[in-house]
Amino acid sequence: MTVIDERALKLDPEEARRVRQERFERIGRWGLPLAIMILAIVLWDRICVWNAIPQYILPRPGVVLWTLYNDAGLLFSALLVTLRITFLSLALAVIGGVGLAVLFAQSKWVEMSFFPFAIVLQVTPIVAIFPLINIYVNNQTTKLLLCAWIVAFFPILSNTTLGLNSVDRNLRDLFKLNGATRWQQLRYLRLPAAMPYFLGGLKIAGGLSLIGAVVAEFVAGTTGQSSGLASRIIEAGYRLNAPRLFAALFLISLTGILIFLVLSLISHLILRRWHESALKQER
Amino acid sequence: MMREQVAQAPTAAPALLSLRGVGKVFSNGVTALSDVDLTIREGDFLSLLGPSGCGKSTALRLIAGLSTPTSGVLDWRGGGSLDRANIGFVFQEPTLLPWASVFDNVWLPLRLKGISRARAAPAVKEMLARVHLTGFEDAVPRELSGGMKMRVSIARAMVTKPRVLLMDEPFAALDEITRFKLNNDLLELWQDERFTVVFVTHSVFESVFLSNRVVVMAARPGRVFDELAIEAAYPRDEAFRTSPDYAALCRQASDVLVNAINSTTGPHHDGH
Repeated sequence: MTVIDERALKLDPEEARRVRQERFERIGRWGLPLAIMILAIVLWDRICVWNAIPQYILPRPGVVLWTLYNDAGLLFSALLVTLRITFLSLALAVIGGVGLAVLFAQSKWVEMSFFPFAIVLQVTPIVAIFPLINIYVNNQTTKLLLCAWIVAFFPILSNTTLGLNSVDRNLRDLFKLNGATRWQQLRYLRLPAAMPYFLGGLKIAGGLSLIGAVVAEFVAGTTGQSSGLASRIIEAGYRLNAPRLFAALFLISLTGILIFLVLSLISHLILRRWHESALKQER
Repeated sequence: MMREQVAQAPTAAPALLSLRGVGKVFSNGVTALSDVDLTIREGDFLSLLGPSGCGKSTALRLIAGLSTPTSGVLDWRGGGSLDRANIGFVFQEPTLLPWASVFDNVWLPLRLKGISRARAAPAVKEMLARVHLTGFEDAVPRELSGGMKMRVSIARAMVTKPRVLLMDEPFAALDEITRFKLNNDLLELWQDERFTVVFVTHSVFESVFLSNRVVVMAARPGRVFDELAIEAAYPRDEAFRTSPDYAALCRQASDVLVNAINSTTGPHHDGH
């Protein structure tokens, strides 16, 4: 890439306008959401003050932050419990999703036979399945993992299957011409070709595994068996402890955002060498 | 580099492959090829020239073994089929692995035969040098121009030292300057290595410049219409490209192609 020194070049008005616009857009991408966020928080604070809303209905942002600091021990230990379930279920979703996709890719027949079952699992609300899981599974962690896994594995399965099946026809012919075995074709052609699709699915699954973990805890929490963030929320709800409720909510959102950012970064690092979709940010 | 001043494949060269009465009918009822008789001789640079739909690509796929004929036989050296390891194939698009470096792309055919990176390195490096890509080993395809990608594709096809190189309109998508350069380089490679080329093209000029034999095909049904021997001596260079001989040969081939297009029995005569 060549860097053009704008000052050394005498730009005509059109080009100068374009350069200015690009600079605004660069700043705007970060600056605008940040400004809106700050504005919203300030407005929130003002509404609380102007209307004299009691703390147990809507706490001021400062109070939420203070609670986050005060209850840090309680909240973060709960967050760790939730995170453990989230990451374990994400890992299992990757193993299960990719494993099933590879199995499906071995034969159209297998895919046609079993893909509908994956869809059934996906479209049935997890909250409705949980009572059954509760009956059949004893171990608390296993219960939660199973729930979060059911929610998270589908995008990985569906995307990876699509990726494995969308290999360039000529490349397939090339492998055939060179006498590639099934395993070689999978290892050197189909799996790498499916990588962008898989990473797209992973980004979705990352968020879903957190949602799955929290929802599972919620359902389990009503029977008083969970110690994750969701149970802290339920508890806080019973006690009308709105600040802690908000603090817990804030932690969950923050975790979700962080998971998304980390997965996006991983995806960018893996794809940047070869895939167009990773290049858009550079332009 | 040693080069002969005569055409490389005199008519006396032994037959490498004979197509006898070869036909291909697709399941949708389209007759892609009908009753093709063609003998490819050792060391030929044979072009299949014809309008779209004349079955030239189908013929190439049959030769490659990627497809089987509905009727007729492909007779390799008077019996059996040639080991696929002895065939190199260059597609219309470069068809590279986008995630792999230039080196890894050229290594691929050897890798699939279980040859390690280290053991393949000399052959890969030599082949890259032959297509003038030394120093680009670590580049990935998206960093290369269209012409360079095609060079990688040719290096990949040639790294196994195949006896036959099949090329399916490899330079059709390139600009003229790049195409001329690749034409020259391909000829140089062919003269040094003495392999056999079957080259599918719809360009009269390209086929005449490269080949010692131009087989003109007609469409609906796809069939061999006529054959021209291009007896101009090799090496052919830029001087040949502007010579009156070349212009005369092109006119001759062009006339045959026009006749082939007009002979099409279907309702359309525009070659589309």
